[in-house]
Amino acid sequence: MTVRSTILSEIYKIAVAQKRDISTLHDDLPLMDSGFDSLCFAVLVAHLEDDLGLDPFSSAEEIEFPVTLGDFIALYENAART
Amino acid sequence: MQREHNLTLSNIIRHGDPTASPVCTGANGAISFADIVAGSGFGDDAFDFNDRSVLLATPDQLTSAIALIKLDGVARRVVLCLPDVSVRDVQAIAATAEVDVVVRTEDTSNVDLPGLRAVLARPIADATRSCPTGTRRTEWVLLTSGTSGTPKLVLHDLGSLIGAIKPSAKALPSTVWATFYDIRRYGGLQIFLRALLGGHSMILSHRDEPIGEHLIRLAQGGVSHISGTPSHWRRLLMSGLAGNIAPAYVRLSGEIADQSVLDALQAAFPKAGVSHAYASTEAGVGFNVIDGRAGFPAAMADAANDDVAMTIHDGSLRLRSSRTASRYLGETQPAIVGPDGFVDTGDLVELRGDRYHFVGRRGGIINVGGQKVHPEEIEAVINGHPAVHMSLVQGRRSPITGALVVADVVLKQQRRDASENPDALAEDILDRCRAALATYKVPTRLHFVAQLDVSASGKLVRSHV
Repeated sequence: MTVRSTILSEIYKIAVAQKRDISTLHDDLPLMDSGFDSLCFAVLVAHLEDDLGLDPFSSAEEIEFPVTLGDFIALYENAART
Repeated sequence: MQREHNLTLSNIIRHGDPTASPVCTGANGAISFADIVAGSGFGDDAFDFNDRSVLLATPDQLTSAIALIKLDGVARRVVLCLPDVSVRDVQAIAATAEVDVVVRTEDTSNVDLPGLRAVLARPIADATRSCPTGTRRTEWVLLTSGTSGTPKLVLHDLGSLIGAIKPSAKALPSTVWATFYDIRRYGGLQIFLRALLGGHSMILSHRDEPIGEHLIRLAQGGVSHISGTPSHWRRLLMSGLAGNIAPAYVRLSGEIADQSVLDALQAAFPKAGVSHAYASTEAGVGFNVIDGRAGFPAAMADAANDDVAMTIHDGSLRLRSSRTASRYLGETQPAIVGPDGFVDTGDLVELRGDRYHFVGRRGGIINVGGQKVHPEEIEAVINGHPAVHMSLVQGRRSPITGALVVADVVLKQQRRDASENPDALAEDILDRCRAALATYKVPTRLHFVAQLDVSASGKLVRSHV
């Protein structure tokens, strides 16, 4: 699985577990409009650390907080390359 | 002669700068503090709260703010109840706090106290009517999380709550305070009182309000000073809407402020002073760190200070000040303040170079986005599942909410032998948690393990996050 598909599949899994209605996922989707709250994102970031071995939020020197889903995926794709 | 400066909220507002007319703004309305003092806050204007122990249980913060101002100085005791407290816990709180009147609105859904007098709070204080006032020292009771899940009741009064608030030379008349907190929590109440004492306007948050709408209100109200937990602030940064506001002062409290959130806030608000404060409902406000760095200078510990004495004992931060709560309500509760006058905060610190850094909490307490979670409460729910022998709930670090809850579970022997589908069983245990616990308390991962470490004293070995 690619980084992108791992992220998308985790988002769907968390939405089901937390009984959340989420928006149709696309790169321009603002995270705040996704239907996820902070707790959902925290769970997502933890699960991605388990799945991908990456936590760009904690490991990067200085990160720009992602605003759209595309930013979020790019943050992980960049971390996977380095 | 009547003493003019009896410390009540109404008196503080009355003695404010008469040329300023600070306003308190909620999600559904606004009113000047002066109109709150002049008017009536209750449907039954004539009801006398003198000597009463009052449960303040309105869903809306503005209604609570109005009622609180009206009750302070009149009621014997006011319990600041939060709308997310369960009906059962509200009953336990009312019994412990000897509540004899409930102030509520028609939207209050978590109060079922038959036999108790209920008085309706007005959503907007009615300035054409008035209600009784007084100058007594009202007891304020704040809720904080307890081991069993039922909140503990922390006793303060206005004096201990405003002890940390100093007149600020920097506060301009145009200062407008706001907080992402609920003002009925200690962190939010500090900001509300700061606005009130400084004679400044205040913009309240609202439960379930989308952050976009909240930010529009903050921008329209010209917010200049704003506080929240690191989790609140990360949420703002990830909303992409931080540019809508331009605060002069940004304050973090309630959780460990790490360097990345401090740096990100300074980058988002280059002109703002970014500071992080340490406070707890029991110990009160400890200190404020203004150098933009995580942790606090080691020199602050054991330094002589008029207001607060700080010491590190056995790895945890201890504070002594006039801002500490006096005690927990309830007969079986331990003392808050030790014999030496210090409060053991249970917050563990570690010396790195010339600074202390917070590393977690004693007793395994997990801080999820500013909400303290006692592992025992969650373990009790998991252990109630027929397949479970024992469990250990711990924190896992999160760069988004500070920590998350995870669980290690030991199954009963016969269930281990039965080779069930582990995923389905884990889901069944988690469903039980989802039904019984607030969302942030539900474990985000559940691992089956063969055994758990138990110490010589027979207790589960807990690490801390």
